[in-house]
Amino acid sequence: MELAAKHFKASAAKALVDVQLQKALGNVEKGFIGKRQKAAAALPEFDALRDNARDIKNHVLAHLDLYLEEYERKVTASGGIVHWAETAEDARRIVLEICQKAGARTVTKGKSMITEEIALNDHLSANGIEPVETDLGEYIIQLRGEHPSHIIAPAVHLNKEQVEGDFRRVHTHLPEGRDLSDPVSLLGEAREVLRQRYFAADVGITGANFLIAETGTSVIVTNEGNGDLTQTLGKIHVVVASIEKIVPTLEDTSQILRVLARSATGQDMSVYTTFSTGPKRADDPDGPDQYHVVLLDNGRSAMLGTEYQDMLRCIRCGACMNHCPVYHAVGGHAYGSVYPGPMGAVLTPSLNGIEETGQLPNASTFCGRCEAVCPMRIPLPKMMRHWREREFERNLTPLTGRYGLKFWAFFAKRPKLYRLAVSFGVPLLSVFGGSSKRFRSLPFAGGWTRHRDLPAPEGRTFLQAWAQREALKQEPAQ
Amino acid sequence: MSARETVMGKIRAAMGVKGPDEARQATVATRLRETPAGVIPARAQLPTAGQLELFCAMAVQFGATVTRVSDYHEVPAEVSAYLRTRNLPSEIRMGADARLVKADWSSEKTLEVRHGASDGGDLAGVSHAMAGIAETGTLALLSGPANPTTINFLPEHHIVVLDARDIRGDMESVWAKLRTDLGKGAMPRNINLITGPSRSGDIEQTIILGAHGPRALHIVVVE
Ligand code: SF4
Repeated sequence: MELAAKHFKASAAKALVDVQLQKALGNVEKGFIGKRQKAAAALPEFDALRDNARDIKNHVLAHLDLYLEEYERKVTASGGIVHWAETAEDARRIVLEICQKAGARTVTKGKSMITEEIALNDHLSANGIEPVETDLGEYIIQLRGEHPSHIIAPAVHLNKEQVEGDFRRVHTHLPEGRDLSDPVSLLGEAREVLRQRYFAADVGITGANFLIAETGTSVIVTNEGNGDLTQTLGKIHVVVASIEKIVPTLEDTSQILRVLARSATGQDMSVYTTFSTGPKRADDPDGPDQYHVVLLDNGRSAMLGTEYQDMLRCIRCGACMNHCPVYHAVGGHAYGSVYPGPMGAVLTPSLNGIEETGQLPNASTFCGRCEAVCPMRIPLPKMMRHWREREFERNLTPLTGRYGLKFWAFFAKRPKLYRLAVSFGVPLLSVFGGSSKRFRSLPFAGGWTRHRDLPAPEGRTFLQAWAQREALKQEPAQ
Repeated sequence: MSARETVMGKIRAAMGVKGPDEARQATVATRLRETPAGVIPARAQLPTAGQLELFCAMAVQFGATVTRVSDYHEVPAEVSAYLRTRNLPSEIRMGADARLVKADWSSEKTLEVRHGASDGGDLAGVSHAMAGIAETGTLALLSGPANPTTINFLPEHHIVVLDARDIRGDMESVWAKLRTDLGKGAMPRNINLITGPSRSGDIEQTIILGAHGPRALHIVVVE
């Protein structure tokens, strides 16, 4: 998709006043948080599993070249074909070639963020091949010409009336008077329509949650079963996956699966966890004749050995955005990038460059909830701070921010002057704050006070309060 | 330079790897050979009888229905009863699994048994699981002529027969069983781990059963 991350501020402002969107975003906050909390609390070993999941991925990243070699060997041994893609463009070209060679006219697709990342659908369409999304949420947003607003719940920004409108607009072969008033009838209709597409498709494309080196296996984790129909009914199964999806063994996969579903949807297990190894065997009555894996780098190798390496542990569970106050306020589309929320704010600049995406690492209140819930213990706030520093170093921060910081730095570097200035300024602000102790507007801080009040200082500076606290500590206990 | 060499070169350069490194290779080989299990939740570390009870309870919790029979001979009657109580036509699709075929289907005079892969026209399919996982009430099914994958996903009702002796506490124990059954590193085209019937929460976060796969999952445990 085309990046619009530069416009984050403007898009966020629009999202904040979109009544329908705000209602839909309430579902994210209500639905996901409680379910995850319950599932995590019901498993005493949850935190120990998070530690182990983190360690497994760190081990993989330290031996990535060797595990990739082993994985490739095993895929080949089971009759599959591995294609290496350095860039998104390479991956698009490889998938198109596979489809063209098969004379494909339509391809079905399981839900996959990686094919969003490489903008595969546009490329196939431009070359006369129709891509059909089969995950219900993905299907809906494809009908609308939109992109996913959430990595596991792509249509979470919509309500059922909007979906009904889209189905009536597109499914014109169905009777006009039919009832589409609730999610059950909407799902029923999508099921009927898509059933025919699976059988008609020449190629089925899926992503992968894991690639297992021990066995050369790709794994998808879903609830609907659409990914399975996609990869079983097409004559060719193409997996598009990035290099960091590797895990060593079946056991390692199981360890991470235990934290994945709980963090994502609050389930102990998703309904379908499917392990696929090679094409169908000689005596198999169903399954694809060919099995291809497109292994994509697209900027990941450049993250290895940097302060962003930890991001490569991400398993795309969505917990960080489900718990993010900024995501709750503006939704996924405002980020203007394929990956929204905290994980997107860290990953997008790594993949697309900070020049294009500079505002994203600022889309954070640094409340730390994302890191607290991340099953892979990825220090997201720390990495957003790294990006902010880089952005500043490169003079990409907006002028007001730069001058403000310079002004502050002038005083901060001169402690005596700083203390003198704040010891005058703070009591003054405290008095102006009035009895409510809040400012509803402040000169030079309109960006802050337009949407919320600024608490007035309590009358003492931090340093004065600290000095007093230390003095109290030294007094003998009462 | 091939794309493979380019990507591998970038990875090795980023990690500061120069030339063959025997210590790293040995670490990887050991892990792949020994397949360490990691953290196993205490929940399912029970005696066999406890694992059976836990499996049934978890499967029901996640939306499946479960009946228990004492012998394979009872399976055909149980399947017929399932179809009858749900007003379904008396027809099933089934693979060539020896344990299923051996059960006496001729006892069900009106039941039509179709064999092979599903073509999408079946309302009910019958499979035999390779194992059950007590921790989460999950079924493990292997693809092949015995249990074609399409039967797991196309029919509206999926009936899965499970031998109680194949129930394990956790997923890791099922991998151990798989290696014993098929040999280390050997995999069928598909292993399907199935926990409850198909569902979607994509419209307003409302969970609805029967998205693209079966609307109902019925498990027949043979004790
Ligand atoms: S960063 Fe962590 S919480 Fe966010 S999607 Fe990735 S694994 Fe999940």
